[in-house]
Amino acid sequence: MILEPKTLFDKIWDAHVVKQVKDGPDVLYIDRHFIHEVTSPVAFLGLEKRGMKVYSPQNTIATPDHNVPTIDQHLPIKEELSRIQVQALKDNCAKNGIKLYGLDHQYHGIVHIIGPELGITQPGMTIVCGDSHTSTHGAFGSIAFGIGTSEVEMVFASQCILQPKPKKMRISVEGKLQKDVTAKDIALFVISKISTSGGTGHFIEFAGSAIRSLTMEGRMTLCNMSIECGARGGMIAPDEATFEYIKGREFAPKGEDWNTKLALWKQLKSDDNAVFDTEYKYDASDIEPMITYGTNPGMGIGVSGNIPTGDNLIGSDRITFDKSLEYMGFKPGEKIKGKKVDYVFIGSCTNGRIEDFRLFANFVKGKKKAASVIAWIVPGSKKVEQQIREEGLVEIFEAAGFALRQPGCSACLAMNDDKIPAGKYSVSTSNRNFEGRQGPGARTMLASPLMAAAAAISGVVSDPREF
Amino acid sequence: MSIEKFQKLVSTVVPLPIENVDTDQIIPARFLKAVERKGFGDNLFRDWRYQKDGTPNPDFVLNNPRYSGQILVAGKNFGSGSSREHAAWAVYDAGFRVVVSSFFADIFKSNVLNNGLLPVQVPEAFLDEIFQIVEIDPTAKFEVDLESQTITILKAGISVNFDINPYKKECLLNGYDDIDFLLSLKKEISAFEQA
Repeated sequence: MILEPKTLFDKIWDAHVVKQVKDGPDVLYIDRHFIHEVTSPVAFLGLEKRGMKVYSPQNTIATPDHNVPTIDQHLPIKEELSRIQVQALKDNCAKNGIKLYGLDHQYHGIVHIIGPELGITQPGMTIVCGDSHTSTHGAFGSIAFGIGTSEVEMVFASQCILQPKPKKMRISVEGKLQKDVTAKDIALFVISKISTSGGTGHFIEFAGSAIRSLTMEGRMTLCNMSIECGARGGMIAPDEATFEYIKGREFAPKGEDWNTKLALWKQLKSDDNAVFDTEYKYDASDIEPMITYGTNPGMGIGVSGNIPTGDNLIGSDRITFDKSLEYMGFKPGEKIKGKKVDYVFIGSCTNGRIEDFRLFANFVKGKKKAASVIAWIVPGSKKVEQQIREEGLVEIFEAAGFALRQPGCSACLAMNDDKIPAGKYSVSTSNRNFEGRQGPGARTMLASPLMAAAAAISGVVSDPREF
Repeated sequence: MSIEKFQKLVSTVVPLPIENVDTDQIIPARFLKAVERKGFGDNLFRDWRYQKDGTPNPDFVLNNPRYSGQILVAGKNFGSGSSREHAAWAVYDAGFRVVVSSFFADIFKSNVLNNGLLPVQVPEAFLDEIFQIVEIDPTAKFEVDLESQTITILKAGISVNFDINPYKKECLLNGYDDIDFLLSLKKEISAFEQA
C-alpha cells in the first residue's frame, strides 16, 4: 500500500484527533496548556460554575507575565487591578493543583520563553495558550497556537479543543542571509510581502536553507511572528539544533526515555511530495534589516528604503494607509532612516531570549547610548536575566548607559507601567505596532535587536551595517 | 449550560469602514484586567471612541446619533492580532449580535462564535454597497437569517449568502455549548489517553 505523502503538520494533527465531528471541527487532544493571568480567570470562573476542576493539571503550566512590573518585583504590585489578576492566577492554580511559576520563582518569565527553556515544549506536541504568540513553540516542530478564553475553558474541562483543521502553507527561504539580518528581519520581510491577513486560515511550515541555518532562538522569533500574517501558527521541522537545545533541560526526557523520544522526533518532517495549499519562496539575499513605518506589522520596509507613497491604493485601502501614516506622523515617500527615536525596547516573547541580548550587547559594547533615548532592557525570564549576568552583559550595558530590568511582557503591550508616552517614537523588538499598543498614542517601529541597538546609540533610525 | 441562541435578526447597522481593525483597537490591553466577564462594552474601541480627556469623540461612529443597531459592519480583516476574547465580549456587551466584514481574523472569528455573536463574511463589493447605503440612509434595515445563511439589505432587496461551519450553526441556532459536547466524550478522551 502506498501512503499518501503528508506534511509535518498533518502528521502531528492527525495523531491528536480524538474524534472527527461530522461537518464540524475536530476534537483535538492537547499535550501542554500554558496559562497566564489575563486570559485565564474567566475560564476558571466558568469551570467553577459547572462545579468542575481542571481535568489535567499536570499538563497545565502557569506564569504571570502580562501585568507584572519590571522593577522591584519583590514588592507587592502597586496597581490594584494587576495585583488582583496575578493573585487570582495564584488562587486558581492552588485550587486546581496547577504548577505556578510566580514572580518569586526561579523559573518565572514570559510564558513563551519559559516553556522552551525549561524543556516543556517538545517536538510533535500540541500546545495551546490563551495568547496568540503561542505560535512561538512551533519552532520545535510542534503544533502550537493561541486560543480564546472559551477555548481555555474547553481545555481545562477536557484537555481537548474543538478546532477546524487549517490549510497548510509552506514558506521557504533559501540562501545565505546578509550580514546583520536576523530572524526578526525574515519575519517582517515575509509579513510585508503577504500582509497581515495573508496567512489567515493556514498553518505555516517554514523551510529552506536560510531557516535551517537559524538558531533555536531565531526560529522561535520567526514562529512567534507567524500570527502577525494572520496564520494560526508556524512550525519548523526539528533537527539536530532542536535536539541539542532540548537535551538536559529541566523537563526534557532523560535516560532511556530520551532515546525513545529522540527516535520519534527524528521522524518528524514533511514527506518529500507532501502538498501544501499555498507556497511562497523567497531568496535570503533579498532581505535587509527591516523596520515598520505604519500601524500593522505588514507595513515594513528595508531600513535603506522609503515609506511607500500609497499612490497605487484606492478606496478604503487608501483611507487606512493615510490614517496609519497620520498616526505615525510620517509622510508618504519619506526615508525612514534618520527618523527620531525617543524610546528603545528590547524584550518580549519575540526577542527576549539570551541570543537577543548578546546581539544587543555586542553592538553597544564600547559605545554610548544617545542621551535623548530612554531604553528598556527587559529579559524574557529569570533564567535569561541570570544568563545575562553570568555572561557579563550587564557590565557592557551599564558601561554604555543601559540598565537591566526584570522579566515580563512589559512595553510590548504596556499592561504594566512600561508605557511609551503619546506621540513618542519607539523602536521596539516586540511584535505589534498597532495604534496605542505600547501606550495610548505611542508610535511603534518594530525591528530586530540589532536595529534597536543602532537606534539606541544614534537616537535615530539607523542601519546597523553602517557602524 | 448553554449559550444565547441566534436565529434571525432585523436591525439597522453601525458602519466602521476601516480595514485591519485589530483587537488592540477593539479593546486596548489596559482594559483586560478584570477577573470577571463584566463591563467590557464601555471600553469597546476605547481610544477611538473617547478623547484624551475622557469625553466622547464626536467624530467616532459609536457617538454619532445617526447610527445605532445590533449589527456592526467593519472593513476587511477585522479582529486581527491578539487572541483576547475580551474583544468579542466588548462587541457583545456593547449590544451587537452580528459583525459583518469581508474578512475576519481566525481567532477572533472563533471567539465571537463561542459567545453567541455571529460573524458574517460577505464579498467586498457587498460590503462597499452596505457602506454606501447607510452613508445615505442610516435607517436602512438589514436582515440576518442564520437558518438560510443570508444577509439582506431589505430596502434594496439584495441578499448574499454567508458561510458558517455546520456544527457551529447548530450550536448557535440551538444554544448548544461546546464544553457540554466535549464532556460527553469523556470515554473517547480517556481511551485516547490510554492508547
